Amino acid sequence: MSLVVNLVLLVFLLVMALAVLKTRHLFAMAMLFGLYSLLVAGLFVVLDAPDVAFTEAAVGTGISTVLMLVTLASIKDGHELVSTQKSRTAPLIICIIMGGLLIYGTHDIAELGDPQSAPHMQVAARYIEKGQEETGVPNLVTAVLASYRGFDTLGEVTVVLTAGIGVLMLLGSRKKLRIKEVSNGK
Amino acid sequence: MANDLILRVVTKWLSPIIILFALYVQFHGDYSPGGGFQAGVIFSSAILLYSLTYGLDAALQLIPEYILRIGASLGVLIYGGVGVASMILGGNFLNYSVLASTPVAGQHLGIIIIELGVGITVASVMVLLFFTFARRVAPE
Repeated sequence: MSLVVNLVLLVFLLVMALAVLKTRHLFAMAMLFGLYSLLVAGLFVVLDAPDVAFTEAAVGTGISTVLMLVTLASIKDGHELVSTQKSRTAPLIICIIMGGLLIYGTHDIAELGDPQSAPHMQVAARYIEKGQEETGVPNLVTAVLASYRGFDTLGEVTVVLTAGIGVLMLLGSRKKLRIKEVSNGK
Repeated sequence: MANDLILRVVTKWLSPIIILFALYVQFHGDYSPGGGFQAGVIFSSAILLYSLTYGLDAALQLIPEYILRIGASLGVLIYGGVGVASMILGGNFLNYSVLASTPVAGQHLGIIIIELGVGITVASVMVLLFFTFARRVAPE
């Protein structure tokens, strides 16, 4: 059953990726990326990672798609991708080399669900054995993220805040922009 | 989109349910999948849905921008504050065990509070990002 679901999701992922490559319309591209994220969220559910699936569904499908659409709506033109007549062999070679390196890299990844793999032997076993009695939290993912890896999560939240501040500094001053536009226009 | 009756009604019914689900993910995150980050993005998607249907001005009336700016910083402050509080109570930075009478209760309390901080920051920043981008769209 899981195999069938995986197969369907992966085939649709491939179709979406090819459709993104094929389409020239940027609005359609943004929507296809949203669908792609939704399929990835489905894959995360199959992989027993509902936390990540929540995030992928909300951020990938919802927020980032909306941000892309808003960005497209805020620019006047350029909604169609202009194809250039430049040679495409160099990008193709780079893509093939990168893809080959990535596929080569997957040989070192432990088999999915293999209990003998390195990360499962050392620290994960400790979390599973002691996690619940040390933190009193039944959800081990939360226990690891919030307690054992509390420093990392603090850094993560700070990154989110920093990203927000960065966007505000770049785009937040709407009034100044308007004054400049008006003075340039006249 | 502001005149589409179906969209308006569906949004009106759907947004409270999404927010309720976000609160569930937030405060039930120690028993079921979820946590602060997930709750924050789900909450902000409800606000995004509302402002896509009813317009940016209505959403700004719902949540003014200065509240979002305060919220974004407040979440990190809560998180860091828990760390400092555990230092004051005699533990290491972010060692929640000293927060309550027993270490396990302290851990549980600390995790709930820092998840709340994460949720507030993530929700505020996500909505703030959308507002900042959406304000650049020229009114028709």
